[in-house]
Amino acid sequence: MSDYVIIADSLSKRYRLGVIGRQTLKDEFVYLWHKLMKRDPIKHMGKVGVGQHTATTTSAEDDNNDFWALKDISFKINRGEVVGIIGRNGSGKSTLLKLLSRITEPTSGEAFIEGRVGSLLEVGTGFHPELTGRENIYMNGAILGMNKSEIIKRFDEIVAFSEVEQFLDTPVKRYSSGMFVRLAFAVAAHLEPEILLVDEVLAVGDVEFQKKCLGKMKDVAGQGRTILFVSHNMGAINNLCSRALLLEKGRLVLDSTAEETTDKYLGYQVVESAVATEEDINEKMEGKILMDFPYVRLKRIALLDKEHNTKNLFDADEPIQISLEFECFQIVPDLRLVLFIVDKNDTPIYGSQNTDDTDIASKFSHIAKGVYKTACVIPPNTFGGRQLYLSVHILYPKVEHIVLNKILRFGVKFKGYNQQIQYGGNDWGINVWPLLKWSLY
Amino acid sequence: MIRTHIKPDQAWLSIDWKEIWQYRDLLWIMVSRHFTTAYKQSILGPLWFVIQPLATTVVFTIVFGQIAKIGTDGIPPFVFYMSGMVLWNYFAGCLNGASGSLVGNAGLFQKVYFPRLIAPISILFSQMIYFLINLAVFAAFYLYYLFFLKTGIQPTLWILALPALVLQAAIVGMGVGLWLSALTVKYRDVSFLLPFLTQLWMYATPIIYPASYVPEKLRMLYYLNPMASVVEFNRFAFFGVGTLTKETFLFGIGSGLLILITGLLMFNRSQRTFVDTI
Repeated sequence: MSDYVIIADSLSKRYRLGVIGRQTLKDEFVYLWHKLMKRDPIKHMGKVGVGQHTATTTSAEDDNNDFWALKDISFKINRGEVVGIIGRNGSGKSTLLKLLSRITEPTSGEAFIEGRVGSLLEVGTGFHPELTGRENIYMNGAILGMNKSEIIKRFDEIVAFSEVEQFLDTPVKRYSSGMFVRLAFAVAAHLEPEILLVDEVLAVGDVEFQKKCLGKMKDVAGQGRTILFVSHNMGAINNLCSRALLLEKGRLVLDSTAEETTDKYLGYQVVESAVATEEDINEKMEGKILMDFPYVRLKRIALLDKEHNTKNLFDADEPIQISLEFECFQIVPDLRLVLFIVDKNDTPIYGSQNTDDTDIASKFSHIAKGVYKTACVIPPNTFGGRQLYLSVHILYPKVEHIVLNKILRFGVKFKGYNQQIQYGGNDWGINVWPLLKWSLY
Repeated sequence: MIRTHIKPDQAWLSIDWKEIWQYRDLLWIMVSRHFTTAYKQSILGPLWFVIQPLATTVVFTIVFGQIAKIGTDGIPPFVFYMSGMVLWNYFAGCLNGASGSLVGNAGLFQKVYFPRLIAPISILFSQMIYFLINLAVFAAFYLYYLFFLKTGIQPTLWILALPALVLQAAIVGMGVGLWLSALTVKYRDVSFLLPFLTQLWMYATPIIYPASYVPEKLRMLYYLNPMASVVEFNRFAFFGVGTLTKETFLFGIGSGLLILITGLLMFNRSQRTFVDTI
C-alpha cells in the first residue's frame, strides 16, 4: 500500500455568479419551475444578475455565470512531505485549502485524506475580545481541533512561545495587535495534527517573530508531519518545502520541486536560447549600417557560465560570461563594443565597453580582416533582478554603428547573500544588488 | 487513523455523530463562552438572569391579569404566568440561538472546520443554564404559594416528567431554529421575520391565557402547535388543572420530531456549502 496521506482527484469548484442574484420571489419560482422540468435552470434563465464576483471575470469562465475557482486539480501527497502552494492572487490557492479542510465542498471531483487535519487559514480565528488570554487559548485550541487535555498539556509551551505571560488574565481586547497575533499564532503552532494546512499567516508580526514562526514550522516539518503551505514568500517556500504546486487561474500548472516551481512562478525560467545566431542578429540589427561596403558584423552572441556552457539562467553568485563573435571585412582602426544590461522596462542598468580594460584596449585600435572572438565577464554577486536583457552595440565611430536591442534575455536567481536571513521575498525589484562591504562605528 | 473522503453532494442526512462527539470539548467551551461573555461589563452581571423572568412575570400579572382580567383557571396569576414563561423562554432561547447559528458564526466557519451542528447544540446547553435559573426562581415562588398561601394548588406526580418536557421544548426549538438558520443563509428576510414569528407563536401557546379558553372544536388544531402541549402539560403537572389529553400530547411529540428531523435535513444540506453564498 502506498503512503499517500492526501489524494486529490480532479477537484473542481465552481461559483455561479448569477445565482446569488436570484433574490426576487419571481426568480425563485422560475428557478423551481425549471428544476421541476429537469432542465438546468441557470441556462434557461439567462444571466440573472451580475453577482458580487465581477472582479474575477478575467479568470476561467465557461458560461456567462460560471466561474471555476478550481478546475481538475489532481495530486498526491506523501506522508511527511512539506508542500508549498503558490500562485497569484485569485489563482485558487485558498479555495484549495478550503476544500481540503472541509470548509466548503467541491463541485466535482473528490479527495481522500488520511489523518487528522488542522487548518490555519487565519490567525486568531474564534478569538473573543471579551475573554482573557487564558480563556482564548482554550477556546481557540478547541476550535482548531485540540481537545482539552491536549491544550492543558501544551498550555505552558503556548504561553512561553507567545511571550504574553503577564497579560494572560487580561481580556484580549486590551492587547496590542502584536500581542494578539503572537498569542494566536502560538496556539496554532502547537496544534498537533497529522496534516497541517497553512495559509499565508506568516505575513503578520515583526521580523523577529516571523523568524520564530518559520523556525516552528520547520520543527513541525521535521517531526514527519505533512504540511501544505500557501505563501507568497518564495524564500519561505524554498526554505521549508521540498515540493511545490503552482496554480494559475484555478488550474494546476506545475507540480515539481520547490525550486523549479518558484523559478517558474517568479519568471526566472527563460525559454529562449542563450545564443543569438547570425540569423537572429541580422534580423534584429538596427542603427547606421553600411550595406554595400560593411566594416564589421556580429556573428554570434552567447551567454556562458564559468565552465563555458551556454546558459540563460544564472545564480546571482556565479559569473556571467558574454561571448561575442564578430567579423571584420576590412581594417577597422577603432572598434568599440558596448554591452548594456537592460531591465524589462528598457532602462539600462549596467554597462561595459571593450576599451574600459586598458590591458586590452590597444588591441582594438587596429583590427585586421578576419573573424574574432571576444568575451566579457560580469563578476558574481552583481544582480538582484530576475529578468534581464542584453543589448549590444558594435561600432566604428562615425562610420558604422550597429545596435542590437535586447538581443538575449536571461534570468538571475537572487537568493540573498546571507542565508541566515529571510530576504523580502525578492520582491523589491532592485536589479543591481552587488555584495558590498558594510561597517558599523 | 481518521479517514476523510471529500466529495460533492453527500447524502442529505449524513451526519457524523461520532465526529461531533470528538469535538465535545469544543462544545463545552462554547457553552461556557456564551455564558461568560453574555453579561461582561454589566454591573448586575448574572443577576440579570433572575431579573428578566421576574420582571416579565410582574408585567404580565399587571397587564393581562389585573387590567385585561384574563382568567387563569383558578391558578394564582403570578405563578400561572411564570410556569408558562419558564419553558417558553427556554424554547424561544433555543429557537433564536439556533436560527442564528450559521450566519452568526459565518466568520468562524469560513476559516476553520468543525462540525457545524456544534454551534446550535451548544445553544441548547447554554440556554439550559438560563432555564435552570428560571426554574429555581419559579420553584421558590411555587413553594411559597404552595405552603404559605391557601390557594388550593394541587401538585401531581407528573412534575417528575419535567425533564421530558424540557427535552420536547429543546427538540421543537432546535428543529425550527435549524430550519430558519438554513433559510437565513439564502434569505436574510428570515431574520426580520424571527421576532415577529416568536411573538405570534407565543400567542398561539397558552402563556398568557389558559388553553381552556380555546373552543373545544378547535383544540385538535390548537395542539398542532407542539409548544402548546408542552406548556399545558407543565401547568397540569404543577397545578393539576388542564385540558391536555393523551392523544394531543402524542400529537405534539410527533410534530416535534418531524420538525427536528426536517430541520436537521435542511441544516445539513445548507451547511455544506453555505460559506460560498454567505
